[in-house]
Amino acid sequence: MKSVMVYCEVENQKVADISLELLSAGKRLAQKLGCPLDAMIFGSGLNGIESQIAPYGVDRLFIGNSMRLEPYRTLPHAALATQILKEEDPQIVLFGATSVGRDLAPRLASQLNCGLTADCTILDIGDHFEKKEKIEYKDLLYAIRPAFGGSIMANIINWDMHPQMATVREGVMKKEIFDENYSTEIVEIDVNSVLKEEDFVVKIIERHIKKSGVNLKDAPIIVSGGYGVGSKENFQYLIELAKLLGGEVGGSRAAVDAGFIDHDRQIGQTGTTVRPKLYIAAGISGAIQHTAGMQDASMIISINNDPDAPINKLADYVINGDVGVVVPKMIKYYKENAK
Amino acid sequence: MRPLKIVVLAKQVPDTRHVGPDAMKPDGTVNRGKLATVFNPDDLHALELALNIKDRVPGTKITILTMGPQKAADIIREGYYRGADYGVMISDRRFGGADTLATSYTLVKGINKLAPYDLILGGRQAIDGDTAQVGPQCADKLKIPQVTYVEEIIEINENEIIARRRLDKGIEIVSSPYPCLMTVHGSSKACRSRKAKKVMQYKYARTKTELRTADDLILSLHGKRPYLTIPEWSVEDIGADLEKIGLSGSPTKVKSVESIVFTANEAKILSDSDVDIEMMIKELIAHHTIG
Repeated sequence: MKSVMVYCEVENQKVADISLELLSAGKRLAQKLGCPLDAMIFGSGLNGIESQIAPYGVDRLFIGNSMRLEPYRTLPHAALATQILKEEDPQIVLFGATSVGRDLAPRLASQLNCGLTADCTILDIGDHFEKKEKIEYKDLLYAIRPAFGGSIMANIINWDMHPQMATVREGVMKKEIFDENYSTEIVEIDVNSVLKEEDFVVKIIERHIKKSGVNLKDAPIIVSGGYGVGSKENFQYLIELAKLLGGEVGGSRAAVDAGFIDHDRQIGQTGTTVRPKLYIAAGISGAIQHTAGMQDASMIISINNDPDAPINKLADYVINGDVGVVVPKMIKYYKENAK
Repeated sequence: MRPLKIVVLAKQVPDTRHVGPDAMKPDGTVNRGKLATVFNPDDLHALELALNIKDRVPGTKITILTMGPQKAADIIREGYYRGADYGVMISDRRFGGADTLATSYTLVKGINKLAPYDLILGGRQAIDGDTAQVGPQCADKLKIPQVTYVEEIIEINENEIIARRRLDKGIEIVSSPYPCLMTVHGSSKACRSRKAKKVMQYKYARTKTELRTADDLILSLHGKRPYLTIPEWSVEDIGADLEKIGLSGSPTKVKSVESIVFTANEAKILSDSDVDIEMMIKELIAHHTIG
């Protein structure tokens, strides 16, 4: 049956944000295709979990409920997902580009012998005319992503080996309730009949997950630095400004690679996608890799000593100058003028 | 404990971290010829992890396996310089244009020729695509468990290997029996540098194809020291199915590529003068953007 399927991540009875975002994206695709939206979720203590999922417009929810399915391990989740995907044969399958999704999706793509596009920033439906075969393929998934260090956008399609799979980073798709009272059909999977002992050969000995980490996604103001900040010392100005404005500090991939800032503060296609009220880009040139993760900010200030930096075209304010000169002045005049 | 047999998967990649303006063609596509090539950074971390295991388990042998054009033989030589024992190159024009699925099929055909093995190691992802798919896809095809994002090997014993994994929001310590495939995270220990002795020993290592254009000195050395000749495997050598390799074995196809040109906003252009910056701060406060 033609459908869109979303693999949902869950821990301690809470469905991950990325999965709800994917359900919203999946619903939009399903509506374009005129087909159902399905989801699968494997974890422990999942009775009633559908209440978190149904409002996103899910038609059928496949549940694997067992102590042995949480925390996530590759082989049991892969075995259950393979079984469902083989039986249901969906047209499109979506995964979060998380530690879990990036571990599971490629294993499934190999198992099902199908295509998988990583870190998509746009998902759409469209047609493709294949010149060699002179065949028009209708209603394909357009999996669009920045490629090659973010210098280009590529539209990846797959017309002959189904399903079409894609992963998406957290924060890229917008979470939208479809209908608070949507009714979802529950399909319980007989976990023990699918799983074998050898699916559990990898054992988790210890596990430490940070409850609260950096929360860039919900920060109203983000002060972000790139390679042009020049040094870890100059980054201190950004940290001070962010603190003063009640915001968070972020950075481009180049700043992370240069060791100016921690990896968990990276903004962009392979980091976090943000939509703050104000985004201050300091010494960031604006590769697509980065702008894909911040272009929806309501207001953008670019501080750069290159007047032709690509990011200036997105900006509302462009300040031509050095980060080390401009940011201390911003701190000074904010302190003088704010009440 | 008994020595292990490790295969390290490594890739030569264009250095996408340093894409200069001349690397883009006027039509917006990437001119690969203009980009320098490097040993994929995560794969170097995988090599270090293998060398670390070799330090702990004497007698362990490391084979570097790469797939790519002739130039990728650099990867094998670099591996030798840093302490790998063997290198094999999978190289054939017909492998070209492969996506991750076709790549993993091809690598697995090569790995099977190297069997038996205890561990397959590779970088978490390659910088020219950042997909992180080839490792898990190989593990699936080899029907062995995978341990992704490995940061450190905690313990190695006869029956299992225990590793710490770096996750999005934390860490996990897991054990796996042999054989298994591990992908290595960039937060693991950086690779040790070249050994001068190894560079001397292996600098004339060449593939058969490279030997065709080599001078007499190198040819005579290869006659005396067969270990200098890097095995080079074609489609036939690994018994690959033509339908499953290269472009025809790749389900994902690039429909279109565009370089993104931003349409300019009506930005206010300011200098770094005190007057300009104070004006901007006052405007932002007045509009309740800040403050």
